[in-house]
Amino acid sequence: MLVLNCPYCGLDKDETELSAGGEAHLKRFGPGSSDEDFEGYLFERTNPKGLHFERWRCAFGCGKWFHAARCTATLEVFGTYKAQTLEPPKVIKDVITTKRPGWSWRNFS
Amino acid sequence: MKRYSVFAVAREAMRQHSGWGRAWSNPEPKTSYDVIIIGAGGHGLATAYYLGKNFGITNLAVIEKGWLGGGNTGRNTTIIRSNYLQDASAALYEKSRSLYENLSQDLNYNVMFSPRGVMMLAQTQHEIRGYQRTAHANSLQGVSTEFIGPSRVKELCPIMNIDGPRYPVLGALWQPRGGSARHDAVAWGYARACSDMGMDILQQTEVMGIRQKNGNVVGVDTTRGNIACKKLGMVVAGHASVVAEMAGFKLPLESVPLQALVSEPIKPCMDVVVMANTVHGYMSQSDKGEMVIGGGTDGYNAYTQRGSFHHLEETVRALIETFPMVSRLKMLRHWGGIVDVTGDRSPILSKTPLGNTFINCGWGTGGFKAIPGSGWGFAELMANGESPLTAGFGLDRFRVGRFIDESVAAGVAH
Repeated sequence: MLVLNCPYCGLDKDETELSAGGEAHLKRFGPGSSDEDFEGYLFERTNPKGLHFERWRCAFGCGKWFHAARCTATLEVFGTYKAQTLEPPKVIKDVITTKRPGWSWRNFS
Repeated sequence: MKRYSVFAVAREAMRQHSGWGRAWSNPEPKTSYDVIIIGAGGHGLATAYYLGKNFGITNLAVIEKGWLGGGNTGRNTTIIRSNYLQDASAALYEKSRSLYENLSQDLNYNVMFSPRGVMMLAQTQHEIRGYQRTAHANSLQGVSTEFIGPSRVKELCPIMNIDGPRYPVLGALWQPRGGSARHDAVAWGYARACSDMGMDILQQTEVMGIRQKNGNVVGVDTTRGNIACKKLGMVVAGHASVVAEMAGFKLPLESVPLQALVSEPIKPCMDVVVMANTVHGYMSQSDKGEMVIGGGTDGYNAYTQRGSFHHLEETVRALIETFPMVSRLKMLRHWGGIVDVTGDRSPILSKTPLGNTFINCGWGTGGFKAIPGSGWGFAELMANGESPLTAGFGLDRFRVGRFIDESVAAGVAH
């Protein structure tokens, strides 16, 4: 059972209390954007075997969206952080760097 | 290759089975091949087989990180059916189902295809309408299915409780020519036939990088050295995104675990395959007597071949209402496979942004049934650059919005 700590209510939540929201930090493209950008936003996904950043929702708790940094190969959780950010905060990046030196994910490292 | 036959069995019985050779060879990699297929699962081996059989391309290697058929080919619930709603899907899956009918004879290897019939239960009013629509579509597509009522369902599968309080059985979409086959034998049969045509199957050889020049593929880097090739086929299911990243492009895929489990062996009690899509469970009985049960996918990306326990719990809980006898069964084994799921729940058989490189992926939760048809179509695509079977399944459909939308139409379980 995957357990994530909701950064809003501060409680550890089992995955049955959460709902997964897919890849984090997507740049949104709407009407007026190029076909390529729109396709990329809607369908193309970073699908790594290893470190991944995702959106999650505290569905049966406070109801808020948040972010999680996690490994898809080992299910290790590196940390969770609030949704109001365009990239992972330094404290999360530091945790990942100690555990996975030399990591990179999309444009972040 | 020694042909397998009743005479071969008799001959070997006389000499204490000392004359059976290896089913496929275990060669050292050559420095170059005309075609390299990454992934020796069912789809990869079938592609190699039909490239050899239909197009005479035998200077070919199939590269496999683990062992042959050790991924999703050996981890599925072996259901074979073609009752899809959309024309493109029905054509591909029906081709596949019809190839399964003669596959044992074609490969000279018993894949134990058993056309025992597949029923998809309608347990809500919405499903009744959906399956009646599918049955009408299938009759136009030349796929033989029919919508049957609850009494016929009970007659075909007497162990079923059709008056469940939560999800009564209101009818079913019945495909009498669907069924199941032995999954390992499909991989082994194709591998033996490929090896016999002179192809190299390189097991425990992991691809580490894709070499390219002027926008075209020129070879692959592997744990056993660099191998050059003129054409490359990527057929790696759950790891498609990982291999595509080596080639420098992204795919519209997410990889999630899908789980299955089998019970202790019991006496024959069920001679059809039953799928219940509303409650996300499907069940059949193997030749050994085990009840083979499959469920839904996990909700988040992962590459762990096990999955979350609560999904399994939900599947079994749902099946107990429809099959009360399951509640007294002990479960023997449980496992997960990593399935690559696309936005429209239909596969990708396509050219890629890298020249002379082709990809076959996105089969999601339903790839086993498609192995022969997918191999047939993908081989044609790789040899000729186009194939009527795969025309609708290109990567460009996500750009232009021409989806093959089976996720809504046919129920998500495959």
